[in-house]
Amino acid sequence: MHDEIRHDRRAAIRDGLGVGIAVGVSGVAFGAAAITAGLSVPQACALSLVAFTGASQFALAGVVAGGGGLVAGTAGALLLGVRNSFYGLRLAVILEGGGRLRRLLTAQGVIDETTAVALAQPNAAAARAGFFTTFAAVYLMWNLTTLLGALGASQVSDPAVFGLDVVGPATFVALLWPRLRGDERTPKAETARIRLIAAGGAAIALAATPVTAPGVPVLLAATAALVVMLLPEQSTEPEQNAEEASA
Amino acid sequence: MSVWWAVAVTCVGCYLLKLSGLAAPRRVLEHPGVRRFAALVPVALLAALIAVQTFGHGQQLHLDGARTAGLAAAVLALLFRAPFLAVLVIAAVVTALTRYFGM
Repeated sequence: MHDEIRHDRRAAIRDGLGVGIAVGVSGVAFGAAAITAGLSVPQACALSLVAFTGASQFALAGVVAGGGGLVAGTAGALLLGVRNSFYGLRLAVILEGGGRLRRLLTAQGVIDETTAVALAQPNAAAARAGFFTTFAAVYLMWNLTTLLGALGASQVSDPAVFGLDVVGPATFVALLWPRLRGDERTPKAETARIRLIAAGGAAIALAATPVTAPGVPVLLAATAALVVMLLPEQSTEPEQNAEEASA
Repeated sequence: MSVWWAVAVTCVGCYLLKLSGLAAPRRVLEHPGVRRFAALVPVALLAALIAVQTFGHGQQLHLDGARTAGLAAAVLALLFRAPFLAVLVIAAVVTALTRYFGM
């Protein structure tokens, strides 16, 4: 019994290190994208140190690159960060205990990767080990590579020559991909809805771009999620075929 | 709003959002509608960001051939189950090459 728990914990730590290092390295992409967008090296590093949630960081950089709309851009970055609140809710049971200070530190680690690793573990002890290992590995790597990417890109006079301007959108495609593809555990109708939301969000944002300030189109796109959420179950069926043909 | 303000608000806000989940009153966050919205809203936002950052330039829409090619390469790499970082490198290289050859 004891051996089994120790074995589970070791497996969780291995998972955490693997995910942490693989994902943490992509901080180099954020660092480069931030500089390409016009942020300074200290601004890029501050975001990785304190905000420490990739999608929001890339989103803010994108708005700065688009030239303005900082209020709407900041709101968009924060809206993307809302999902971390829900991760926190799910992790609260696993991570409770310790004093207030520990909770303040633990909170910073509540992101996509740590949640994925923690919730994949067979028991609470392994989940905790997985969470903290992933947190430590991602945090160290993400910040180190942000600095390297930012310094590297700031040495280059025009980062667009190296195609670095595509790194932001490519990151979002990679983050979105698993949900668009779906898996065995997700019902087909749910995957169809998710594709509908993605198509709707993109369409709304493009339609709004010429008529609203930069940053606002992305906020408006959130309504796609709201509309599809409120659709009755069956009304997504006809769209399903169209979506699959274009996917 | 200066860029530093935007950075500061994003930093503090993102941290407080994380903390609020760990310390929140359960009733609000456990509401099924709220949970569902939180699960779905990133899909809409990410798709919108992809569209705007690929085809938008300030308030104008234009087709940047090199960037579009890079993004298409990223999708292709994902179809072949390439790892995260490889996807980004492939996208950047394809964009750079397309631009270099003046397409």
